[in-house]
Amino acid sequence: MGNVIGIGASPKRKEDQRFLTGRGNYVSDIKRPGMTAGVFVRSPHGHAVLRGIDKSAALASPGVIAVLTGEDVAADKLGSLPCGWGISDAKGVPMKEPPFPMLAQGKVRFVGDMVAFVIAETPGQANAAAELLTVDYEVLPSVVGVLEAVRPGAPQLFDDVPNNICCDWELGDKAAVETAFRKAAHVAKLSLVNNRLIGNPIEPRAAIAEYEPGTDRFTLWTTSQFPHVVRFLMGALVLNIPQHKLRVVAPDVGGGFGVKQFHYGEEAVITWAAKRVMRPIKWVASRSEGYVSDRHGRDHVTEAELALDEHGKFLAFRVNTLANMGGYLSTFGPNIPTNLYGPLLGGVYTTPAIYCNVKVVFTNTVPVDAYRGAGRPEATFVLERIVDVAASEMGIDRVEIRRRNMIPKEAYPYQTPVLVQYDSGDPMGCLDGALVAADVKNFGVRKAASASKGKFRGLGYSTYVEACGLAPSRFAGRLGARGGLYESATVRVHPTGQVTVMIGTHNHGQGHETTFAQIVSEKLGVSFENVDIVFGDTDRVQFGMGTYGSRSLVVGGAALSKATDKVIAKGKKIAAHLLEAAEVDIQFEAGNFSVAGTDRIKSFEEIAGAAYVPHNYPLEVLEPGLEEQAYYDPVNFTYPGGCHIAEVEVDPETGTVTLVNYTAVDDVGTVINPMIVEGQLHGGIVQGVGQALFENAVYDEGSGQLLSGSLMDYCMPRADHMPMMKVATHSTLCTHTPMGVKGCGEVGTIGSPAAVINAVVDALAHLGVTHVDMPATPNRIWRLLQNASLPVAAE
Amino acid sequence: MKPFAYHQPGQIPDAAKLLTSIEDSKLVAGGMTLIPTIKQRLASPVALVDLSKLGSLKGITDDGATITIGAMTPHAVVAASRLVQTKIPGLAALASMIGDPAVRNRGTIGGSVANNDPAADYPAGVLGLGATIVSSTRDIAADKFFLGLFETALEVGEIITAIRFPVPLKAGYSKFKAPASRYALVGVFVAKFADGVRVAVTGAGPGVFRVPPMEVALSENFDPSAIAAIKIDNDGLTSDIHAEADYRAHLVTVMAKRAVDAALS
Ligand SMILES: Cc1cc2nc3c(=O)[nH]c(=O)nc-3n(C[C@H](O)[C@H](O)[C@H](O)COP(=O)(O)OP(=O)(O)OC[C@H]3O[C@@H](n4cnc5c(N)ncnc54)[C@H](O)[C@@H]3O)c2cc1C
Repeated sequence: MGNVIGIGASPKRKEDQRFLTGRGNYVSDIKRPGMTAGVFVRSPHGHAVLRGIDKSAALASPGVIAVLTGEDVAADKLGSLPCGWGISDAKGVPMKEPPFPMLAQGKVRFVGDMVAFVIAETPGQANAAAELLTVDYEVLPSVVGVLEAVRPGAPQLFDDVPNNICCDWELGDKAAVETAFRKAAHVAKLSLVNNRLIGNPIEPRAAIAEYEPGTDRFTLWTTSQFPHVVRFLMGALVLNIPQHKLRVVAPDVGGGFGVKQFHYGEEAVITWAAKRVMRPIKWVASRSEGYVSDRHGRDHVTEAELALDEHGKFLAFRVNTLANMGGYLSTFGPNIPTNLYGPLLGGVYTTPAIYCNVKVVFTNTVPVDAYRGAGRPEATFVLERIVDVAASEMGIDRVEIRRRNMIPKEAYPYQTPVLVQYDSGDPMGCLDGALVAADVKNFGVRKAASASKGKFRGLGYSTYVEACGLAPSRFAGRLGARGGLYESATVRVHPTGQVTVMIGTHNHGQGHETTFAQIVSEKLGVSFENVDIVFGDTDRVQFGMGTYGSRSLVVGGAALSKATDKVIAKGKKIAAHLLEAAEVDIQFEAGNFSVAGTDRIKSFEEIAGAAYVPHNYPLEVLEPGLEEQAYYDPVNFTYPGGCHIAEVEVDPETGTVTLVNYTAVDDVGTVINPMIVEGQLHGGIVQGVGQALFENAVYDEGSGQLLSGSLMDYCMPRADHMPMMKVATHSTLCTHTPMGVKGCGEVGTIGSPAAVINAVVDALAHLGVTHVDMPATPNRIWRLLQNASLPVAAE
Repeated sequence: MKPFAYHQPGQIPDAAKLLTSIEDSKLVAGGMTLIPTIKQRLASPVALVDLSKLGSLKGITDDGATITIGAMTPHAVVAASRLVQTKIPGLAALASMIGDPAVRNRGTIGGSVANNDPAADYPAGVLGLGATIVSSTRDIAADKFFLGLFETALEVGEIITAIRFPVPLKAGYSKFKAPASRYALVGVFVAKFADGVRVAVTGAGPGVFRVPPMEVALSENFDPSAIAAIKIDNDGLTSDIHAEADYRAHLVTVMAKRAVDAALS
């Protein structure tokens, strides 16, 4: 038995060896013989009729190989970019699903919509030619906000989508909610905006496509979180390429956050074009291009009402939301503000009746889809904000009102009125832990110290739960999923006992190569360094749904665990034969197979050797080799959650909010690698703080121009915005995943925006401020203080 | 980026000649502003004339009543200069607040002043201190140099060689950083001389400007309280997605008070 590094250890990340020494292999690092350069020509208008494209000058430009447009796509009878979810309204009428051509046809519907693809010998030549393309646009008025888009007389994106409403979706018992509201002692109301976000992974999207005429095979290298899904969606539904003739590789990918978990038009265009020009083509997005083409996130306008009895018990919750879909339906688009939002409105509370209506709306903006948290941060924000509003209106302490309504630990499994059943949890335990860790007891002292400097200090809570580990396929299918959501893993034991794992999830920063190796090391008793994890290549990995929705460990890790169990089971059969014992008497422990109660023993390496050199082997009943595969389809979502406490200081003179303390106590189930979990929590929290205080994608109504189109105008959170965070776990074990894991990729982003905004509102509550929309920028805070007619700060 | 020719002259007159003889040629100093614009294809000069080989444009000299900073002196050098820190600490502080370390190591005072970005920091220091812009052909007073949004008094082929700063009795700079870009959303430079006070504001409008009522008030009483009640007019100030004009106007007063505080500390 070698250097086992198992569950609960924090080894340094395996993948960092190559990343920290500059040896990563990203799409834009790859060079293919004879490679050409592709550039997309994008619409500068938010909304326009495409009257014609004159290619002649571009085609005559030096080095140009081809110029392709929507007409060429139509002539080749290629499919529309598919949407992976089909939702329906209350009457069962399916959502409106207008085609999403990979290059615009007839009309452009957002700034950045692709109108042509120019291929040349070099990127410079392709760029120069792109500037020579003459596109005749008849510019139409754009509509970018959801409230504006559903108004009578608003510009219509599609002839057959009246009022731009894609689907009028609902969930919950409307009548029960109405009855409860009639009996309520108090009703809290809140209108809010969940700001639109841009994902900004550090590596921009990129793709290379190549066609080999000898084998009639295509290869697409792409910055994707789910290469097998791209192979399926693009091959089967867009380009008509048989699956066995299409290889999709997603090598090292520099961050995704959801932005890279969609099938993008660029992937389809470049793959199709590679065969047309019979040369490999590379496209690498610029950061600016990413701003107008990477799918955006969030963008809700919501009215919420919470009904309470005289003791502050929640009786019913009603939420009406308008959710922005952008100009077309992206891969998961309509699923995010509906199925990943409504079912989370119960939170960690016992609210007996919930009703949620979501109008999913088209606008002249980049398509909106999943971004870290996806639907669940929006739900958490509405709920955790209105709980604070209710507490303040009823004069109940904010912690106390949460306690009065929290699901007690003993009540799990807990069925909510909005579909989901929580298997496990202890929200009260997380709250208690966080109160201590955040030193809430002495907050008054700190507040007084701030006041003496002329600053307002506030504390904010967010006790939340989310649903992840996407997803039980049967359940998802009922909600409109058009695919399965299981995961697969192959454990290949080599004749010498080392292990290669082929897994369908994709590692783009999460540390899977380390976490998954720890699982194998622990279970098989093999050395940590003798386990390699292979992912991201449809030719090497059997199948997979990829990485998103905090599913990799929960679903992929479960598949891996099961495949490992199968290896052990087969090993026992081999050991029984070699040790001349009954299979039931064979034990496997710490990397050794032994006969119970004896000193007869065979090491894992010996068993692996015997499997591949089957001279003394039960060939009549057992195949040689030691390689096992498992597919795992979860029986339920997992429900991580916890309590986040933010502490802020507001400078009333400038309106600046400074985050001064941050505490998170999260229940993520079993922790495989505490260091990696801590990193995921840190990163997630920072992204949530970004939404709360800094980030905002702003479009100009009318022209549809993206005003926050670069890092100079779109404010990302930075290291100096953050205090040292206190993060800890308070775990209950998931009852249905093999290792009790729940997932931790998104919790930080889900819990934090509400905690931060609740803290800001608390800091300003004495001035009558009851709500602050995100991001809580200095200008916005100053404006609130003006309206609250703050006495001029003395100096 | 489109292809361009590249020249690296050794003498100022050679540089000036290249600029006047090649149409659509551009000086490049630190390149922190120019190179990104070329990469985004917003500018496509046919030739770049690089000032980096002109040794005479680098360095900081003490002339007693004035300090002269060569046009090619990077922000980081100004920020770290003992001389500037002692004689005009507010100016060293201003340089230390520009961008990030990479930008401060490459970006130059000449490039910043020539570019006259409405949110750049140096224009506030140059105007606030009443400095003189020394060019290849003449001396230009700061009050005559900045002509609004990216506009200056520089003529084609004219090269800034240095900026000459009078040493004030006291000076301070206070910057409210724009959240994303960290340029000045509003930056105020305040300088007290024997014959009066100068107050210069950057970031708030289309170009750097002075605030005479604050100058009068501070000349009488160089204390933040003297200007606490002075509000500047919103008219003509910038409104954008980061800040509305009235908020910028408010910040001018706040930052001016803080600049005085900084000058006094
Ligand atoms: C990320 C980032 C953050 C930044 N943040 C700030 C900030 O917070 N505050 C701030 O003030 N600035 C900021 N800047 C701008 C930075 O200070 C630049 O360095 C400066 O504006 C230009 O200086 P440069 O030497 O790089 O000039 P270049 O980019 O080389 O040139 C700029 C312009 O000036 C002309 N020019 C250059 N030198 C001369 C000369 N001697 N005579 C005549 N014309 C000349 C050039 O032809 C060109 O038109 C930032 C820049 C970046 C990239």
